[in-house]
Amino acid sequence: MSEERGYLDMDLLRFTTAGSVDDGKSTLIGRLLYDSKNIFEDQLDAVEASSKQRGDEQVNLALLTDGLRAEREQGITIDVAYRYFATPKRKFIIADTPGHIQYTRNMVTGASTANLAIILIDARKGVIEQTCRHAFIASLLRIQHITVCINKMDLVDWDEDTYQKIVQEFKDFASRLESVVEVTFIPISALKGDNVVDKSTHMNWYQGPTLLYHLETVYIGSDANHVDARFPVQWVIRPHSNEYHDFRGFAGRVAGGVFKPGDEVTVLPSGFSTKIKAIHNMGEELQEAFHPQSVTITLEDEIDTSRGDMIVKPNNQPKVEQDIEAMICWFSDSKKLQMRGKYILRHTTKEVKAIVKEVKYKVNINTLHKIEDDLEFGLNDIGRISLRTSSPLFYDSYHRNRQTGSFVLIDEFTNETVAAGMIL
Amino acid sequence: MHTYRVTHLKQLEAESIYVLREFAAQFEKPVLLFSGGKDSIVMAWLARKAFWPARMPFPLMHVDTGHNFHETMEYRDKFIADIRAELLVASVQESIDKGRVVEEKGPKASRNGLQTVTLLDGLEEHAFDAALGGGRRDEEKARAKERFFSHRDEFGQWDPKNQRPELWNIFNGRKLHGEHFRVFPLSNWTEMDIWQYIKLENIPLPSLYFAHERECFERDGTLIAKTDFISMLPEEEKSLARRTVRFRTIGDATCTGAVLSSAATLDDIIDEVAAARQTERGNRSDDKRSETAMEDRKKQGYF
Ligand SMILES: Nc1nc2c(ncn2[C@@H]2O[C@H](COP(=O)(O)OP(=O)(O)O)[C@@H](O)[C@H]2O)c(=O)[nH]1
Repeated sequence: MSEERGYLDMDLLRFTTAGSVDDGKSTLIGRLLYDSKNIFEDQLDAVEASSKQRGDEQVNLALLTDGLRAEREQGITIDVAYRYFATPKRKFIIADTPGHIQYTRNMVTGASTANLAIILIDARKGVIEQTCRHAFIASLLRIQHITVCINKMDLVDWDEDTYQKIVQEFKDFASRLESVVEVTFIPISALKGDNVVDKSTHMNWYQGPTLLYHLETVYIGSDANHVDARFPVQWVIRPHSNEYHDFRGFAGRVAGGVFKPGDEVTVLPSGFSTKIKAIHNMGEELQEAFHPQSVTITLEDEIDTSRGDMIVKPNNQPKVEQDIEAMICWFSDSKKLQMRGKYILRHTTKEVKAIVKEVKYKVNINTLHKIEDDLEFGLNDIGRISLRTSSPLFYDSYHRNRQTGSFVLIDEFTNETVAAGMIL
Repeated sequence: MHTYRVTHLKQLEAESIYVLREFAAQFEKPVLLFSGGKDSIVMAWLARKAFWPARMPFPLMHVDTGHNFHETMEYRDKFIADIRAELLVASVQESIDKGRVVEEKGPKASRNGLQTVTLLDGLEEHAFDAALGGGRRDEEKARAKERFFSHRDEFGQWDPKNQRPELWNIFNGRKLHGEHFRVFPLSNWTEMDIWQYIKLENIPLPSLYFAHERECFERDGTLIAKTDFISMLPEEEKSLARRTVRFRTIGDATCTGAVLSSAATLDDIIDEVAAARQTERGNRSDDKRSETAMEDRKKQGYF
C-alpha cells in the first residue's frame, strides 16, 4: 500500500556549494549525483562523449554540471543553477554558485534559502582568502550548518596531519564568525569518490560520516523559528458563494511560530485582537500550522485585514518601526547605492518606499575588517546602512527569523532588484 | 519533544501555493497556461488549493493545435469542471485560418512551431500580463537557472541580463507597461516529485499516461501513434504495429512519443520512473520536431 512507500515520509534539505575555481566543486556535485544513482543513461552518454572529445582519460563527472563551466569559458553572466537529487531519506536541492569574488551576489542568493553550506578546500592549499569569504557569507545569511570538505586528499597521500592542520586553520577563522551553529569536517576525494557516497579505504584514521550520509542525517528540524508566531497575510479569500457565504480566509505562509485554532491573535497594523476559528489547507482542517506551511486562517471576529498585514500573538509581537538598521549586499552592476536615494522595499508580503539615511560601513569580506573611509556601494559590496520606510515594517531581526528579517530593495525606475537586506 | 516536520512533498506543495498566491497578488491580469500534461494538471490542482474555497482568480488557457488525442480533450473538460476553473482556448487552427501562420506541408508537418504565435496572440487579445507555466528546473540543463518569476520584454522574449535575483521567498514582479512575466510554481519539483504527489493527492490523469494498446509506428527512433492527423512514410508504415505503450508527456498527437511500458497504475509508474535510465526527454529522438513536443514549447519563446 501507498502508506508503506518511503517517499511519503521524506525530508527536504537545501544546500549551497562554494569553493574557489578548480577546488573540485563540479566534480563533487557530479560525484554525488552519480554515486547516488541520480544520473540518467542519456546524460551519462552525453558526458562520456564530451569527455572523449576533450581527451579526458576517464569520464569527467564535472561535465554533468557544465552549464556554468561553458558560461565561464565564454565569460557570460554567471548565475545560480539549481540541481536536484534524492535518496530514500531526503530530497536535495543544490544551489550551485560559482565561487569567484565577482559572484558574491550569486552566493548570497543561493545561501538565502539554504539549510546547509558545503565549503570546499583544496587540501594542497589549505584555508585561503576565498574560504574565509565563503564562510563569512554563509554566516551572514545565517546558514546554520557548514560542512567543510577538504578535497583532493589523494594528492596529499591521504595524510591526516595535513587534514588536521586545515581543520584547525578553519576553526581559528570561524571563531570570529557570529552565527554558525554547527561545523562538520570531512576529508574527501571528489575525483576518486572517497568519503563522498562511499567510505574511503584510504583514510582509516577518519571515523566520521561520508558526505552523503551527513547530508541525509543532519538534524534541521529546529532550524526554523517555532517560537515567535508570525503570519504575513498574502491574499484574502472571499468566495462569495452560497455554500461559503460568510467565509473570509487569510491566506499566507507561516513565517514563524505555531498557530492553532482557538489561539488568541492580534492583527497588525490595526492592533485588534480575536481568536483563530480554523486553519485550512483546502478541505483539510489543521490542528496546528508552522513554517513553511501555506494555509488559510479564519478568525472569530470580522477584522479589516488585507495583504501586507500580519497576524501575530498579543504577547509576542514583532518590532513595528520605520527606522531600520540592516546589513545589505549590493546587487546592481549598473547603479551604485545612492545616499538619500529612494527605493522600493519588499519585506514579507508588504511593499513600502525606503530612503537611505546613512551608510555606516562596508565589510572587507576577505579579512572581515570594517571599511569606513570608502562608503560607496557597488556590485557585490556588503555593509551596514540605515533606512527609513514610508510606513512601519513588522519585523524581527534576521538573526531570529530569516523570513521576517529579510528584505530586498528595488530600483523605482528600472524595477531591478538592487540589494538584499538583513535587518539587525 | 514535539517536532515540527514537513515532508518534502508537503514542502513543495507549500512553496508552490505561496508562489501561486504571489502571482495572483502581484499581477493585474494573470492566466494559467494549461497544456493538458501532468505538470499543468498538478499546477492547476495546486491553484485550486491555493484559493479554496473561492474559485481561482484567473482563467486557464489551452493552446489547442487541433491535433489532440480525444482522451486529452475529454479529460480536459471534466478536470476543469471538477476544479471549477474557467477555460479559454487559443486555437492554432484559427491562427491558420486568419493567415497569422502558415501550415507546414509534408508527412512530417507539425503544428508545434505555430503554437507560439497562437499563444502570444492569445495573451495579447486578453491583455494578460503574466502567465503561469508548469516548467521544472530539472527538465534540462538550460532551465537550471530559470527564475520563479521570469521577466519577458514587450516581445515576449527572455533576456538573461534582465532576470532578477530571487532571495528567500521575496519575488519582484514589478514591470513596465507592456512587459510580461512567466511564473513557474513547480520550479523545484522533479519528475519523480510530480508522480509521487499525484499519487499522494489521488489526482486523476488522462488515460494516455497509463499502459494501453495502441497502433504506433517508428519515426526517427521514437514511437508515434497512428492518428488521423498524420501520414506515414512507406518505411514508417512497415513499422506500424499494435504495442503496449504509454506516454510520458502529453501534447500534440503528431509529435509526442510513446514508450513501451506495461505500467498500468500510479505505483507502477513511480517504480518505472525510479528505475528509468533515461530522462523524460530521452525517449525522443534528437530530431528538432520531437525536441519541441508540447511540453517543451518554451524553446520558441513559449516558455
Ligand atoms: N586529484 C584530484 N583531482 C581532483 C579532485 N577533485 C577535482 N579534481 C580535479 O580538479 C580540477 C578542477 O575540478 P572541477 O570540479 O572542475 O573544479 P571547480 O572549478 O571547483 O568546479 C579537475 O581537473 C578535476 O579533475 C580530487 O579529489 N582529486
